[in-house]
Amino acid sequence: MIKISSLAHVYEKGRRLKFPYWEIADMEHWLLLGASGSGKSTLLNIISGLLEPSQGEVLINGTDLYTLPARGRDMFRGRHIGIIFQRPHLIRSLDVLDNLALAAVMAGLPVDHERNLSLLHDLGIAELAKNYPDQLSEGQLQRVSVARALVNKPDVLIADEPTSSLDDENANQVIQMLTSQAKDNGAALIIATHDRRVRDHITKTYLL
Amino acid sequence: MNIFKISSKNLVRNKLTTILNIILVAFGVGILSILFLASTQISSKLEKNAKDIDLVVGAKGSPLQLILSSVYHIDYPTGNIPAKDAFKLMQNPLVKRAVPLALGDNYNGYRIVGTDSTFSNLYDLSIQKGSFWHKDLEVTLGSTVALTSGLKIGDSFFGAHGLTGNGDVHKQHAYRVKGILKPEGNITDNLILTNIGSVYKMHEEKHAEGHSHISAEGAKEINDKEITALLIQYKSPMSVILFPRMVNQSTNMQAASPAMESARLFSLIGVGIDTLQWFAIFIMGIAALSVFISLYNAMKERKYDLAIMRCLGASKSKLFFLIMFEGVLVTFIGACLGLLIGHVTLEVIGAHQESSQAKLTGLTALPQEVYLIWIGLFIGTLASLIPAMQIYKVDIAETLTKNR
Repeated sequence: MIKISSLAHVYEKGRRLKFPYWEIADMEHWLLLGASGSGKSTLLNIISGLLEPSQGEVLINGTDLYTLPARGRDMFRGRHIGIIFQRPHLIRSLDVLDNLALAAVMAGLPVDHERNLSLLHDLGIAELAKNYPDQLSEGQLQRVSVARALVNKPDVLIADEPTSSLDDENANQVIQMLTSQAKDNGAALIIATHDRRVRDHITKTYLL
Repeated sequence: MNIFKISSKNLVRNKLTTILNIILVAFGVGILSILFLASTQISSKLEKNAKDIDLVVGAKGSPLQLILSSVYHIDYPTGNIPAKDAFKLMQNPLVKRAVPLALGDNYNGYRIVGTDSTFSNLYDLSIQKGSFWHKDLEVTLGSTVALTSGLKIGDSFFGAHGLTGNGDVHKQHAYRVKGILKPEGNITDNLILTNIGSVYKMHEEKHAEGHSHISAEGAKEINDKEITALLIQYKSPMSVILFPRMVNQSTNMQAASPAMESARLFSLIGVGIDTLQWFAIFIMGIAALSVFISLYNAMKERKYDLAIMRCLGASKSKLFFLIMFEGVLVTFIGACLGLLIGHVTLEVIGAHQESSQAKLTGLTALPQEVYLIWIGLFIGTLASLIPAMQIYKVDIAETLTKNR
């Protein structure tokens, strides 16, 4: 489903990163491992269509991401890729439900409030639907950002260090949540991490 | 959920800044709309009252004063002219219509104007109730006079000497109301009309030069007397060049053109209007700057929001539009509010105005006011352009990877 080949990126400062061949099948769960500075975030940004690589190609569902025009790539990302960041960034002027609706609107899809509510329900935060981000705890925010990544039924869920700022219990819950949600929504899952606690749950690894 | 909702939610979140910006724009637009409305209303009033009057002949003095006193009935007359000379001018072949005026008395501040039937032809007056004056001491009231004084047909009242105040009342003769005019929307609403003989009668005992054998009717009666001014309508445009010069050079009277004098008056007031206009433009400039600064500063914080939206699939142009829309929305609301403020203020000013001759109202709108809204939109666009351009510079990957 996702295939990267002969991928490399050169930063302006001259640092050169090379990424080995990687193929991810439908609904597979992968860990992206590597020390800090090894290029995990860079690779995730390239796969998400946020950062154009210096060379090589990224194929998602047979679409070469970087042959698409910028506008098409934005649209493609919105519809097929769900991204969960290290820190849960939500729009602070919008409540939780509106933050989820935003994901559909920005991708140019119709808003499905019932699905959004059931997503919140599955993640155990249905009662927070009308709250604003300022009123939520870090763990709750992380759940909302997972829900937001799932709104458009993505083919792949990409999480960048989702557990690094969490304690053992919360980290465990987030991993459980990511794997089960990816399974329920029929999405592949890539987690970039250097967190040992994650390794016990997912066997396939791609090492940088 | 659309761009409109996202923008307005964000504006509501930053209430104070939004309110400040709206108020600044509203003040600028408000002042401009007051200036617009007031100056057009005043100039149209002036024009309406001077309509069909090509020239005013009166005693020598300030031409502006002559126009103000005999056309707009605001200032004091320059003096009197011999009725004999005036009568000669009325017979001049260049004159189509000449209306004699005899001023000097008032009733509760409303001027009593001695004139003849040509006056009602000049202003195209029609009667609402009763009839026009015929005999001495009969009057016809303007509609506003009748409304505010409560006088009815058949009532009588005493005039007071002078053009304002009730100090010196002419107790020896009372005027009798013969009719009330239809509202005309011009100066005649505020006048009390009678014949010239009545004005003479009022003053004959007072003034030493008064002749005792005045006949009541006809134009000849005024031959040995004085009148205040003569309103003149030309027969042909040719007269514009010849007639005033003839009056000014060969008689002891002066001729003044209402069009020229009101233009002069307006150029005098114009300085004040210009100053206010620049002041309003200055405020609008400040408003633009304020909108710009608040949007630009907010970009630092909103960089994350915008990066998130990009991640969720929004294109750069969509977000560019989002920022632009916010700025334009603020100035648009401000401009609409400003128009409202302008109209309400003018209506309030009009309600408290003393002089009934040029009452202002906020209940009319001008097509030019649409431009004010356009100016508001333009300022909004201008102020949000640079902040919105930032969208194209934000590196989403880097912004989101870094911690806040």
